[in-house]
This record gives sequence, C-alpha cells and structure tokens, in this order.
Amino acid sequence: MIDQRLFEILVDSFGKILIPGLTITIPLTAISFSIALVIAVATAMVQFANVKVLKQIARFYVWVIRGTPLLVQLFVVFYGLPNVGIIIDPFPAAVLVFSINEGAYCAETIRAALEAVPAGQMEAGQCVGMTYLQVMRRIVLPQALRTAFPTLSNSLIAMVKDTSLAANITVVEMFMTTQQIVARTYEPLALYIEVGLIYLLFCTILTKIQRAGEKRLNTYGV
Amino acid sequence: MLEIKDIHKAFGELEVLRGVNIHVDKGEVVAILGPSGSGKTTLLRCANFLEKADAGTLIFDGEEFSLNHISKKEIARIRRKTGFVFQNYNLFRNKTALENVTEGLIIGRKMPKTQAVEIGKRALEKVGLSDRCDYYPSQLSGGQQQRVAIARALAAEPEIIYFDEPTSALDPELTGEVLSVMRQLADEGMTMLVVTHEMGFARNVSNRVIFMEHGKVVEEGNSKEFFANPREERTREFLRTISGHMGSAD
Ligand SMILES: Nc1ncnc2c1ncn2[C@@H]1O[C@H](COP(=O)(O)OP(=O)(O)OP(=O)(O)O)[C@@H](O)[C@H]1O
Ligand SMILES: [Mg+2]
Repeated sequence: MIDQRLFEILVDSFGKILIPGLTITIPLTAISFSIALVIAVATAMVQFANVKVLKQIARFYVWVIRGTPLLVQLFVVFYGLPNVGIIIDPFPAAVLVFSINEGAYCAETIRAALEAVPAGQMEAGQCVGMTYLQVMRRIVLPQALRTAFPTLSNSLIAMVKDTSLAANITVVEMFMTTQQIVARTYEPLALYIEVGLIYLLFCTILTKIQRAGEKRLNTYGV
Repeated sequence: MLEIKDIHKAFGELEVLRGVNIHVDKGEVVAILGPSGSGKTTLLRCANFLEKADAGTLIFDGEEFSLNHISKKEIARIRRKTGFVFQNYNLFRNKTALENVTEGLIIGRKMPKTQAVEIGKRALEKVGLSDRCDYYPSQLSGGQQQRVAIARALAAEPEIIYFDEPTSALDPELTGEVLSVMRQLADEGMTMLVVTHEMGFARNVSNRVIFMEHGKVVEEGNSKEFFANPREERTREFLRTISGHMGSAD
C-alpha cells in the first residue's frame, strides 16, 4: 500500500514537520504555560485570600475566558484588535491568547488545591510567628502545587495539542506546515496521521516527565 | 502572666463563650475541663487570635489588649511569646520534623539557619525524637507527630504554651509518651494552659483546674481539692461520667 513515492514524502516531511515542532510548538507551549502558571497562581491567591476588588476581577476573568472558545479568542486578538489599532505579530499574539486562556483554567485548578490544604496548616504557621504571606509561600502554596501537579500536567499536555489552533492566525507551527505539504503532495491521509503521531510523541514524553515528577514530589508522602 | 476577662464569642446565634474569666500565673499549669461543646477550644483559639472574640480583654505580661479589636502587629507580638499545640498536631506536611521546628525561627523570626537548627535539634532531643529529624510527618506516628508539635512550640521559648486536647486524637497506647513530655515541661516550670480529657494529668500534673460548661466557668480550684471535693453538683456529675478516664496516664 505504501509505495516508494509516499514513503519518500513521509520521510522527507518528517523533518520538515518536526522542525517547526521544535522551534514553534514547543516554545509556544513552554512560554505560554509558564506565563499561565504565574497568572494562575496570582488569580487563585487573590480569590483564596479574599482580596477585595481583585477577587471580583479574578472571578470575571475566569468566567469570560472559560466561557468563550479559544479559537474565538485567537481571532479577536489577531484579526479583531487591528481594528482599534492594536497589531500584534502572529507568534506573540498566540502566546498572549494561550497564556491568558490557560491561566484561567489553571487558576481554578490551583484555587481548588489551595482550598484542599487544611486550614490548620495556616493556623499553625501563624502560631509559630510567620505572617500570612510567609505561610502561604512556604507551607500552603507548595502543598497546593503538589496536589495540583497531575491536573496541571494534564493541562500542559492538552495545550501542546491546542497550539495547532495557532495555524488559524498564521503561525507556521507543525499543523500549518503539514497543511502546506499536503497542498503540494496531495497525501492528506498519510501526512495528517504523521503529524498526529508527532503530537503523540511529544505528549508521551510529557507523560513520562509527569510520572517522574510525581514520584519525586511524593517524597513527603502527602 | 495571662488573664482573660469577660470574653464573649458567638457563632451566629450560638453563644459559645458567655463571659469567661480566667488567669494563669507564671509557672502554673492550668487544666480546662468540660463536656464537648462547652467552648474550651474556642477559648484557647480566641486567646491566640485564631478566632476573633466579640468582646473581652487579654492581659498578657501586664499589657492590656482588646480581644476583638487589635492590630496585626500586636497579634504577632503576642504570638511570639506563645506556643500552640493543636489536637490534630497540624505539622507542616511538606517539611521534615526538624524543618517543622526551625521554620518559624528562620522565616518568622529571621534567625540564622545554623542557630535555628541547633535550637531545633535540642528541642527534638527534649521530646525524645533526635533520631527522627529528617522524617516527614506522614512517616511518624501520631504520638511522635504531637511531640514534634510540642518541640515546635517550645523552640520559640514561649512564655506560655496552649494545648488543645493534645492526646485525644491518639491511640491510648500513644498518649503516655505525649503526657510524659508535658509532665516534664511542667516540672521545668513551663507555664501551660491545657484543655484535656485526661483526668490523670489534670489531677496529678496541673496546679489548678477550671471546669467549663455552656460557655461559662462552673467551678475552679486547686486540682487536688477540685477532684477530692468538687463544690458544684454539675462538676460532680461530670466527674462521675468521665471517671472511666480516671487514674490513667499521669
Ligand atoms: N467555626 C465555627 N463555626 C460555628 N460553630 C462553631 C465553630 N467552632 C465551634 N463552634 C461551635 O461552638 C461550640 C463550642 O465549640 P468548642 O470547639 O469550643 O467546644 P469544646 O469545648 O472544645 O468541645 P470538645 O470537647 O468537643 O472539643 C460547639 O457547639 C461548636 O459546634
Ligand atoms: Mg475542643
């Protein structure tokens, strides 16, 4: 079934698809997810600590982002904002949208994990002379992140695949590259399966890293 | 050294403390007894500002503070001179035994690490756990965890330690090791305010007993006398129902 020509196309395209995978998909995921975590911790903390006004803003942010499609958010930023004079290049636009989008989901994960830390941990910390923020940073947050780790890993893996949506705003990542090769070679079935397998490879590696991470974090057995 | 005057606290409709007055002198061990729900835990929590009282005064080291209106700074200052031992230990789950003891010193009090570790090791030695410094709470028995918690409270050299039923979450065979540490502290002159159901401890270790019910002090007195000749009928009834616990661990 796989003839000589198709075989050559697949071998030839493997490198061509993998390169944007390494230079676009992975950096896009890594940068966006890191920013998302910062946003998420801040968003979760202001809700957990019941900070006036900021808490309302946090709730609103999570509500809007989780209630609208990622694709729509990408279009609003990339095709919509130029209408009001804000023009952002494809890659930074993708980073912006993915960070903000992922931040909202991870915020909910971290908020739930913060709430799962027994109140006694905070009380004990304050009783030995630490301030609220000190206990938060040294005791409560580390425990919450430990609890949240599997769910956050899950979000990260989902995000690797979601970056394919960036093709819609002209980011030449793996999927867009595949589409271009398909347009030249007319082998959609084989090539789309090939790119799918490369995503699978990336996610398999991340799953392995997650397992190892969980093992390491398990040292204190909570 | 510690006095609480006319403290009131309600949770919604439920009045949990209805004008309680207590005092603890330096070097004294005071036991608080009373049936479940009488407000003992709430009293200790209010005394250390883990719960905000509705009214009342705290006199600590001759300084007077309002229990319902006090700045964070003053709370921090008072907490520096107190230790709190919880019923369920509340050890930091992500820290080893030694780190549990040193964390407050290093982070809260900005003590140099080497000095804190030295103090921490000495505190753990005192509660008989020198060999468990690097264990996480999940790797320790309940009795060991509670002893780490006591070491943690001790390390800051508090003027008073509050204990909220320190042995009631423990299996009977583990209460002894915790009570003997507490007894040793008492012998060394540590000031302690102890909510307990351990009648042996209240009778033999504490100097004075306070019996509470429904948010009020029903009776208080020298512990020998309290057990030998309880004045109030309600106290006698309580002592009869609880007599199953008598004589155990002291
Ligand atoms: N955070 C809270 N919110 C509402 N009610 C509370 C709260 N904490 C305590 N209570 C109520 O206050 C009353 C007194 O509670 P407290 O824990 O002080 O009793 P206690 O004397 O320590 O009892 P026990 O011997 O069972 O520990 C109880 O009826 C309890 O249900
Ligand atoms: Mg209680």
